[in-house]
Amino acid sequence: MATHEVTFPVTDPAEILKLRAGDEVIVQGHVIGIRDRTQIRIFDQGVEPPMDLTGAFLLHTAPGVRKLGPGRYEKICIGTTTSARMVRFTEGLGAQYGVRAICGKGGFPDEAIEPMQRLGMVYFAIVGGAAALETTQIEEIEEVAWEELMPECLWKFRVKDFGPLTVGIDAHGGSLYRDVQARAHQKLEEIYARL
Amino acid sequence: MSVVATDLSQAVEDAAAHLYVWALKDIPQDLRDALADAAGKETSVTGQRVLQTILRNVNVAEEEKNLVCQDTGLAVYYCSVGEHFPLHPARIYAALKEGTERATVDHPLRSNTVHTLTRENTGHNVGFRVPIVHWDFVPDWDGLDVKCVPKGSGSENMSFLKMCVPADGVTGIKKFVLESIVGAGGKPCPPGIVGVGIGGSADYAMHLAKEAIARPVGTRNPDPLVAELEDDLYELLNETGIGPMGLGGDVTVLSVHVENADTHMTLNPVAVNYQCWAARRASAHVAADGSITYERDA
Repeated sequence: MATHEVTFPVTDPAEILKLRAGDEVIVQGHVIGIRDRTQIRIFDQGVEPPMDLTGAFLLHTAPGVRKLGPGRYEKICIGTTTSARMVRFTEGLGAQYGVRAICGKGGFPDEAIEPMQRLGMVYFAIVGGAAALETTQIEEIEEVAWEELMPECLWKFRVKDFGPLTVGIDAHGGSLYRDVQARAHQKLEEIYARL
Repeated sequence: MSVVATDLSQAVEDAAAHLYVWALKDIPQDLRDALADAAGKETSVTGQRVLQTILRNVNVAEEEKNLVCQDTGLAVYYCSVGEHFPLHPARIYAALKEGTERATVDHPLRSNTVHTLTRENTGHNVGFRVPIVHWDFVPDWDGLDVKCVPKGSGSENMSFLKMCVPADGVTGIKKFVLESIVGAGGKPCPPGIVGVGIGGSADYAMHLAKEAIARPVGTRNPDPLVAELEDDLYELLNETGIGPMGLGGDVTVLSVHVENADTHMTLNPVAVNYQCWAARRASAHVAADGSITYERDA
C-alpha cells in the first residue's frame, strides 16, 4: 500500500489512475463541500451548480460555521457525513461535471464501482467523526453558494495536508468495501454453523 | 414554592446547556481507554491508520477546544427523577429544551433538527418532541440525574428491529445482531458501542437498545445470563473483520451492551442501536436546592 499526495482539482487523469484501493492519500488544494440537498437540487431539480467541478474533489459535509458577513463564513467544526445515501449521484457527477474524487465516510455500495472505473474516479474514505482534526486542515472557506440550504450549501474550502485518507474504491474496479463484505459474509456462514 | 421552582428550572436549563457542549468536546475516560486499547490490538494497516487518526482527533479537540465530531446530533437526555425532587417532569422537559436551544445559539452549534416532512431546519436543535428524553423515576430520593447523549445520525441510521419468534431462541438474537452489524459496515463509524434491546414489545426493545448505548463502555448487565450474551456477541462481532470505519481489521466493536425486559410468551423482539466511536456523553446531578455537580464519566 503506497502513500500519495494529490493536489485538487486535478488536470491529469494519471493522478487518479495511480491510486489503488487501500493506498493512503494526503490532499492539497481545493475541496468542494456538498451534501444530500445540494445534489438533490443539481440532479433532481436540474439546477446548474454555480461552481466549476471539473477535476474536483467533493467532500460529503455540512459544516458548522459562523457567519462573518454576506457570503463570508468562518469555520467552527467541519467533518464528514455518511456517503452511502448519496451514491446515486456518482455517475452524473463524473459524466456531466468531470468530478474526479468523492470523499466521505462509511463507503459507497458496489453500484459505484462500475461508473467510477468507467469515468476515472475514486472514492476516498475519511475517518468519520474526526472533525476536530479535519477542521485544522481546512485553511479557509473561500466561497459558498446556495446559502438558503444552510448547512447543506455548496462550499469551497482551501486545504492543507488534508487526511490521511484511504482509497476505498479505485478507478480500476477495486473496492475495499466489497472485499470486506465478501469476507465478512463468508465468516458469518462459519459462525452460524457453530451457533 | 414558585421561587424554588423557578430557580430549579434555571438550574436544569444551565445543566442542559453545559452538558450538551461538554459532551460534544470532551469524551469520557472509559471511551478514551477503549479506543487506546483497540489501537493496541489492531493489526491491519488501514485499521491502524483509522485508530491513530481517531486518537489524534480526540487530542486535537482538547487542544483546540473544538467538537470531537461535527455532528452535534439529536439532543437526547436521560433523566432519573427522585420522587421528592421539587420540579415536575413537565418543567424539567421545558428547561432541557431551553438549555439545548441556548447552547446551540451561544456556542454556536450546527443545527440539525428539521421538520420530518418539509425537511426545513427548525433552527436551534429543538423542535416538536425534540429534545428526546428518557425518564426513570426513583423512590425515596429528592435529586435529579441528567445525562446528555447527543446522538449522531450516521450511527442512528444503523438501527434495526426484528420480531424474532420464540423458536429462534438466543441463536436468532445473535444472528440478527451479527447480520445487522455486518450490513452496517463502515456507515456507523466503527468501532463503537452496540446497544441491543431484547424482550418487551417492539417499541420497548428499541428503547432498551438506546438505554444500552448510554452506559459507560464495557459495563456489564447485572443479570449473568445477559452479561454472557454481551460477552459472546462482543467476541463474535470482532470475528467479522469489518474493522475500523469498515475498511477491514480486527476491531469492529468496542463493546456490546444488552438491556432486557420480560416479554410475551409468543414474542422475541431484538433491537439494535449503534453508537459511533465518538460515543459522546456527559452527566450532571441537580440537587433539590438547585446546586449542580458535573460528572463526565457517569
